[in-house]
Amino acid sequence: MIPAKFDYVRPSSVDEAVAALRDAGEDAKILAGGQSLLPVLRLRLAAPSVIIDLGGIADLRRIAEDGDRIAIGAMAPHHDVMRDDLVKQHVSLLSQATATVADPQVRHRGTLGGALAHADPAGDLGAVALALDAEFVIAGASGTRTVPASEFFVDYFTTAIGEGEILTQVRFPKYTGWATHYEKFNRTAQAWSMCAVAVALRIDGGSIAEARVGLTNMGTTPIRASGVEAALVGQQANEDSARAAAEHATEGTAAPSDADAASDYREHLARVLTGRAVLAAAG
Amino acid sequence: MTTTAEPTTELGKARTRKEDARLITGRTRYTDAITPHGTLHMFVVRSPIAHATITSVDKSAAEAAPGVLGVFTAADLGVEAVGLPCAWPITPDMKSPQRPLLATGTVHFAGEGVAVVVARTPAEARDAADLVEIDYDPLEPVLDMEAALADGATLVHPDLGTNENATWVFDSGAAGTGGSVDEAIAAAEADPDSIVLKRRFRQQRLIPAFMEPRSCVVDPTGEQITVWAATQVPHILRTMTTVTLGVPEAKLRVIAPDVGGGFGGKIGVLPEEMLCVALAQRLNKPVKWTETRSESLLAAHHGRDQIQDITITAKKDGTVTGLDVHLLADMGAYLGLVGPGVPILGAFMFNAIYKFPALKFTCTNVFTTKTLTDAYRGAGRPEATFAIERIMDELAVELGRDPMDLRKQNWIAHEEFPFTTVVGLTYDTGNYEQATEQAMATFDYAGLRREQEERRARGDKVQLGIGISTFTEMCGLAPSRVLGSLAYGAGGWEAASIRMLATGKVEVVTGSSAHGQGHETAFSQIVADQLGVPFEDVEILHGDTQISPKGLDTYGSRSLAVGGIAIVKAADKVIAKAKKLAAHLLEASEDDIEFNAGQFTVRGTDKGKAIQELAFAAFMAHDYPEDMEPSLDAEAVYDPENFSFPHGTHLAAMEVDTETGKVALRRYVCVDDIGNVVNPLIAEGQVHGGLAQGIAQALFEEANYDDQGTLVNGTFVDYTLPSAADLPSFESSTVSTPSTSNPLGVKGVGEAGTIASTPAIVNGVIDALRHLGVTEVEMPTTSQRVWRAIQEAQGRSTQETPVDTHSPGAGLGSIDPNNPQGEVQ
Ligand SMILES: Cc1cc2nc3c(=O)[nH]c(=O)nc-3n(C[C@H](O)[C@H](O)[C@H](O)COP(=O)(O)OP(=O)(O)OC[C@H]3O[C@@H](n4cnc5c(N)ncnc54)[C@H](O)[C@@H]3O)c2cc1C
Repeated sequence: MIPAKFDYVRPSSVDEAVAALRDAGEDAKILAGGQSLLPVLRLRLAAPSVIIDLGGIADLRRIAEDGDRIAIGAMAPHHDVMRDDLVKQHVSLLSQATATVADPQVRHRGTLGGALAHADPAGDLGAVALALDAEFVIAGASGTRTVPASEFFVDYFTTAIGEGEILTQVRFPKYTGWATHYEKFNRTAQAWSMCAVAVALRIDGGSIAEARVGLTNMGTTPIRASGVEAALVGQQANEDSARAAAEHATEGTAAPSDADAASDYREHLARVLTGRAVLAAAG
Repeated sequence: MTTTAEPTTELGKARTRKEDARLITGRTRYTDAITPHGTLHMFVVRSPIAHATITSVDKSAAEAAPGVLGVFTAADLGVEAVGLPCAWPITPDMKSPQRPLLATGTVHFAGEGVAVVVARTPAEARDAADLVEIDYDPLEPVLDMEAALADGATLVHPDLGTNENATWVFDSGAAGTGGSVDEAIAAAEADPDSIVLKRRFRQQRLIPAFMEPRSCVVDPTGEQITVWAATQVPHILRTMTTVTLGVPEAKLRVIAPDVGGGFGGKIGVLPEEMLCVALAQRLNKPVKWTETRSESLLAAHHGRDQIQDITITAKKDGTVTGLDVHLLADMGAYLGLVGPGVPILGAFMFNAIYKFPALKFTCTNVFTTKTLTDAYRGAGRPEATFAIERIMDELAVELGRDPMDLRKQNWIAHEEFPFTTVVGLTYDTGNYEQATEQAMATFDYAGLRREQEERRARGDKVQLGIGISTFTEMCGLAPSRVLGSLAYGAGGWEAASIRMLATGKVEVVTGSSAHGQGHETAFSQIVADQLGVPFEDVEILHGDTQISPKGLDTYGSRSLAVGGIAIVKAADKVIAKAKKLAAHLLEASEDDIEFNAGQFTVRGTDKGKAIQELAFAAFMAHDYPEDMEPSLDAEAVYDPENFSFPHGTHLAAMEVDTETGKVALRRYVCVDDIGNVVNPLIAEGQVHGGLAQGIAQALFEEANYDDQGTLVNGTFVDYTLPSAADLPSFESSTVSTPSTSNPLGVKGVGEAGTIASTPAIVNGVIDALRHLGVTEVEMPTTSQRVWRAIQEAQGRSTQETPVDTHSPGAGLGSIDPNNPQGEVQ
């Protein structure tokens, strides 16, 4: 791989990283696991003048309980997120979705923060963060701010992270005991999603008390399937209610068309997968 | 794999490969890791446009860039008139355009080189390439084969006056090897007890996708110019470099070091290799070129890409009476080394294992403004096998017959061998009954048919399909006289020599050129048995024209069936010499010397000499017969009398999710008859790899061009190769009906899996959907294609699929490398 020339810095704290970003100006690029950035550099689709590698900031890899939240450092690799006991117990949907990301090599390198900051609409973790109302902690020259998931994803490859800012942490509310499932559909076993559905249900006495549903690759950003959620609440979790709710899956979507799936097929998939995800979550 | 007791001979022993330690640990050096002192690096500036006039090339900024020694067009190098060779003029009037080292005037496919940059480092060459300013005036791309042949079509090479490269015909009636197909069709049409069935199949374009990118290093500083190349064909490359550039053959040394895969994709003579030779000569320094993965996908030759129109005639009782084959084969923009002949290699395989009385094959090769096509694992035979195995299933459906029964009714029975087919080939041996019985039993064919019925009856959303392929192929290329009759520009022999070293160790030189097959292990096993020496004492040398001066290299499943036999012939000569020397030393008559397991003994006595002792005696040369030279070394050139005809029965259980269209391969059972097996582990590896590649054609891979002629699959993001996670554990086994055409009784195995598996998978997919009204799904049978086929069969219309738009895949997600809209700044 021969990318265009760049300078490389490896700060050891968030403050140093923010300072390096400020010094480098708009041509700088942050490097997390490099699993999306390196292919882009290799094809020379981007030619940053400075690469700021967050790999030297140990703090950013930590996964910890923080009151009623699970706080995951932006640099936590997928592999860690997927196997972490806290995540499994309280945010099982994230663990399940992360397990579907690529292959073990990519999961050892790629990070939660990198994936969310990259905001590829075909990425699997955005729909989960959105459905679960995660919060994004973003550090910049003027300090730290917190952005809700509903405001984080702006457009195709665009998030609320501003110039000179770094995503440091993603905080998930606890969904302990929720029934969850991530239903992914792809072309080959380890490929990106053509379409996927993230479902979390709080089931109380056999009926669905709360529902959270997110869609992957059905628009330029992850999409919250509010129509499906509304249709599920108060229902028994069964084939009929799942199918009826799934009819709402394409509301508010703008399915892309590509060689693997033209939009009509993608919409069809969204409905089928939503039904399956609800049933699988409900067990 | 069936387990049997460990054999006492090396033949049949499942040894792990001795070459693997250096390959797996990365200790070996592939071409790109070879950097003679002072090496310069070449990068090719390629056209992003399929068809265009080059209006200007501005090199000034690139020439001024750091580390750059020069930027060269064909004119700058004085090579405008040089054309790369095509060694297979299939017809006397074949149209053959010049294939230049770099485009001059017009570019004919996206990815064609226009200029090269030479710099001190690969990075400097790459950076400077971005600074070469080339202006193009776009011309109409030529993309569709049928449109390209129509009147008034834009011509890829206007000077040829047509986009037709050649039309090649074989007619069994005219050849006298069978009846006339026209008559068979006319008779079937007139006969109420016969049927005529026509189908069109499409062989999509594929990319060989070897793991090691192509690479070469040319060092001009010695007396011989040394070329290291990631090639399957070092010997052919040497001769062809002479033919192309006029460098005297004796002034060239070509080395293929360890090569990381080829699958036919490395049999070419590359413009980049010739450019490195020209540049090294001009600059008097070593020059290296290694392609990027994207360049490899874009510019290395592609495979397949045919439209097949097949007509089969049969009696209603199931007996086949004729087969008429019409092919259109996409050559791309130029002719590769054997490109025009690839579809012709299939001509003799359409009749496959069946007793067709009449066959006609007509193939028209077409030029388009796409990357050229050439050999890809199976070369011609997978295409033929696909068409015949697909249409046998169609015929079975049409006649209401079980597809295996129909095959059985028409295949050559075991007792009918040797059998001369309708195209004039003589199949020496075969036992289709045995392989089929074993495969059907392992598979539980009847049980799966029952399950299929049950799933259909209850309208299960996951339907089961059973796919059959009872294939044969011709390999072990090839009897030289046959190649001559097909106007092929070389013979098909192979050379070997054996050197008995003073200490009793053995060096074996082969003209075969392994690039992942495990020859060093398999050939050592053969020699150990032949000479009665320990396996560990045998060293196999290959891939360097100074060490192995004579050879025709590795392709067409020829290495064991031809190269291996050359080794046996050389060993026979070593033994003959040793026998003579033994008789002399033991003071016995040569007729009384017996050779067994490395020992030469005088019949009826315990007097004897080991082969190692004789090697030492020959080396000392103190005492040897008058009429003998003091050496046991020998060489042999083996020209096969016949092809080898491996065959097998492959069965696939396919599950198709009718809601989403997703296809899953549940089980794959195959029983291959590859004759005697030298090393079952290596043979199984070849079958597994071959299966993965053939299944990939059926389910995953496809190289597409957009309407501008740009390759859409320019990275592994879009060229979806399967991984182990996409495939089940194969249930493969072998049976053996030894070939009678060679002394080891072996047949080729390198391409068998690829040739057999594609139709098994597609037959299975369609079998799962047939009751829903689906009769055809083009390859690869992606979930979307299957879903659309179901919708259409049920009378629901669906949207057009944009084939030219990037889709999410490994690494780049939804970033379209050709159109990075919205990508990070
Ligand atoms: C073969 C392959 C298959 C894949 N398959 C999938 C899949 O199935 N599903 C899926 O969801 N993903 C998939 N991915 C992507 C993977 O999840 C990556 O890990 C992810 O997209 C990027 O994470 P990273 O840590 O590697 O980030 P990098 O590649 O280092 O960075 C990505 C982008 O985010 C920016 N960035 C990174 N970290 C920060 C930060 N802390 N603050 C601000 N900006 C930041 C970078 O500047 C860059 O623009 C695949 C990748 C590969 C190579």
